[in-house]
Amino acid sequence: MDIFLQQIINGLVQGSIYALVALGYTMVYGIMGLINFAHGEVVMIGALISITVTSTLAAAGMPLGLAGLFGLVAAMLTCMALGWSLERIAYRPLRGSPRLTPLITAIGMSIVLQNLAMIFWGRNYMTFPPLLPKVNFEFAGTHFTLVQVVIVLLSAALMAGLVFLVYRTKLGMAMRATAQNPAVASLMGVNINRVIASAFVIGSALAAVAGVMVGSYYEIAHYQMGFMLGLKAFTAAVLGGIGNLAGAMAGGILLGIIEALGAGYIGDFTGGFLGSHYQDIFAFVVLIVVLMFKPSGLFGEKTGDRA
Amino acid sequence: MKNWLSPKSMTGIALIAIALIVLPHVVGMGGQAWVRILNFAILYVFLALGLNIVVGFAGLLDLGYIAFYAVGAYTWALLASPHFGLHFPVWAILPIGALMACVFGVLLGSPTLKLRGDYLAIVTLGFGEIIRIFLNNLNSPVNITNGPQGITLIDPVKVGDFSFAGTSQIFGMTMTGPQKYYYLLVALALLVIIINVRLQHSRIGRAWQAIREDEIAAKAVGINTRNIKLLAFAMGASFGGIAGGIFSAMQGFVSPESFSLIESIMVLAMVVLGGMGHIPGVILGAVLLTFLPEVLRYAVTPVQMALFGKILVDPESLRMLVFGLALVLVMRFKPAGLWPSPERSRELSEKPVEVVK
Repeated sequence: MDIFLQQIINGLVQGSIYALVALGYTMVYGIMGLINFAHGEVVMIGALISITVTSTLAAAGMPLGLAGLFGLVAAMLTCMALGWSLERIAYRPLRGSPRLTPLITAIGMSIVLQNLAMIFWGRNYMTFPPLLPKVNFEFAGTHFTLVQVVIVLLSAALMAGLVFLVYRTKLGMAMRATAQNPAVASLMGVNINRVIASAFVIGSALAAVAGVMVGSYYEIAHYQMGFMLGLKAFTAAVLGGIGNLAGAMAGGILLGIIEALGAGYIGDFTGGFLGSHYQDIFAFVVLIVVLMFKPSGLFGEKTGDRA
Repeated sequence: MKNWLSPKSMTGIALIAIALIVLPHVVGMGGQAWVRILNFAILYVFLALGLNIVVGFAGLLDLGYIAFYAVGAYTWALLASPHFGLHFPVWAILPIGALMACVFGVLLGSPTLKLRGDYLAIVTLGFGEIIRIFLNNLNSPVNITNGPQGITLIDPVKVGDFSFAGTSQIFGMTMTGPQKYYYLLVALALLVIIINVRLQHSRIGRAWQAIREDEIAAKAVGINTRNIKLLAFAMGASFGGIAGGIFSAMQGFVSPESFSLIESIMVLAMVVLGGMGHIPGVILGAVLLTFLPEVLRYAVTPVQMALFGKILVDPESLRMLVFGLALVLVMRFKPAGLWPSPERSRELSEKPVEVVK
C-alpha cells in the first residue's frame, strides 16, 4: 500500500509537468488544428536558459533562490519570444496550405532548435542548480520533497490561471471563437493573427516553467530532453481529447500516474517477465486502448473531418 | 498509358537506363561510401513509396511507419544469422519478412480504423515506439532480439553461390559489394515503382484516393472503406518489410537504434517534401533527403574553414541545422512539395485561402 501511495505521488508530480506541456499542444491544436512538434524543444530551451542564467547570477554572488527566480523569468521571456517567432516564421506563412505542410516545418524547426541548443550548450548533460532547499516530508508512510510539492502546487496555480484566462477574459473569448471558426471570428472583429500568436506565447511560457520544473526535479538538463517529454505530453493531450483544456490537464496527470504505477508494478504482474524498463510503453498502450473505445479521447468532442 | 513506344520516349528510357547502369561506377570514383549512400537512397525510395500508399494515396497519416521496416529487418536478422543458427535462403526470408510486416500492418490498422487524422497519427507513432522498445528489451528473460546490442553477422543476400557481399569479378569487371547491391536494389526499385504506378490507377488506387478526399462520400458510393484502408496499411507495411530485410542483409547488422521515431519522421518528410501522392515527386524527395545530409557532412567543414579560417561550430550539429532549415524553407516556398502531381497543384492554386491573412 505504501508503494502504491508513493507511486501515486510520483506520478502526480510527473503528471503535472506533462499537463503543463500538454496545454501548449492542445491550445495550438484547438485553435489551428496543428501539431506543434517543436513544442518539446521549447521546454528544453527553457530549462537550459534557466540553468545558464541561474548559475551565472549565482556565481556573481546572488542568493540562489533569487537567481533561480531570475532564471525562471528569463526562461519564460525567452520561450515566449521563441514561441512567437516559431509561429511567425514557420507556421503563419503556411496557413491555408495542405495539412501536412506545417507538420514538416514543425519537424524542421524541432531539428533546428535541438541543434542550436547543442551548438550553444554542448552535448553533455548539465547539472541543474538546486533551486529549493532539500526538505523531505513524510506522510502516511510516503516520502516526498519540497521540490515535488512546489511542482504540483505551481502547476495547479498556472492551470487555474489559464482556465481563468480562457473562460473569463476577452482574449480567451477570442481564442474560443477562433477555435470554433476562424473565418467567422475574424468577421466579428477578432484579430486572428494576434489570437494565434498569443496561444503560442502562452503555451511557450507554460513550457518554460515546465522545463525549469523537469530540470529541478531530475537535477539535469540536456539538449535532447525535450523530445520524449514533448511526445508524452502530446500523448497526454490526445488521451484527454486534443483541443480541450480540461482534457489536457486530466490526460497529463493520468498519464503520469499510469506510468508511475505501471513502472512500479509491471514486474509483479508479469511474474518478472517484463521489467520497469518497459515504462515508456505504458503511455502508448493506454493511449491505444483508450482511443479504441473513445476515438476522440476521454473528454474530446466529436472531431470534425480533419483527416 | 501514353504512347511510350514512340522513338522519343524510347530514347528517354534508354538514356535513363544507361545512366542507372553507369551511376555506381561514376559515384564509386568518389569512394565506396558514396555508393553505399546511393544504396540507402534507393532503400529510402522503397520506404517512401510504401508510406506514400498510406499517407499519399489513402490520406492516413502514419507516424510509425519505420516499425514495419524494423519488423522486416529483424525477421531477416533472426532467420539468417548465427543468433539462432538459422540460415534461410532469400526466397524464403523476403516473403516471410513482407508477410510479417503485413501482419503487423493489419494489427496496427484494425484497431485504429475508426480514428481520424491526428488521432491516427499519434496512435501509429505510439505503435512505432512500442515496437522499438520491445526490440530494445526482448533480451531477457528469453533472448530474442539481443537487446540494444543488436544482431550481428547477418547473412548477405545470396542467390545460389553468388553472394552480394564482397568484391567479385563479373564479366571481367571488378564489382564491389555495394555496387552489386546497387543493381539488385535498382531492379527491385523499378519493380516497386511499376507496382505503385499500376496500383495508383487501379480500382483500389482510385478507392484510396476517394477515401482521402472524402471518406463518407467514398462509403456512399459503395467502397468498403474498412477493407480498403486495411489494405493500404498492409501494402504499405509489406514494402517497408522488404526494404527492412534488404537493409539488414546489406548492413550485416541491426539494432533498435536504426528504428527510432526520427526515422519515421524522415520518411514522412520525404513523402511530403517531394509531393504527396505523386510517385516521381516522392522518389525525388527520398533521393534528395538522403543525399542532402551526406553532402552537407562533407561540405560543412570546408565552408567553415573558408569563411572563418577555423572550425567555429560543431560540424555535425551544423549540418543538421542546415537540414532543418532546408525543410522549413522548402515547405514555405513549395507548400505542396517540390514536385506535386499536376491535379494537386491545380487544386491548390484555385482553392480560395480560408484563413484571413
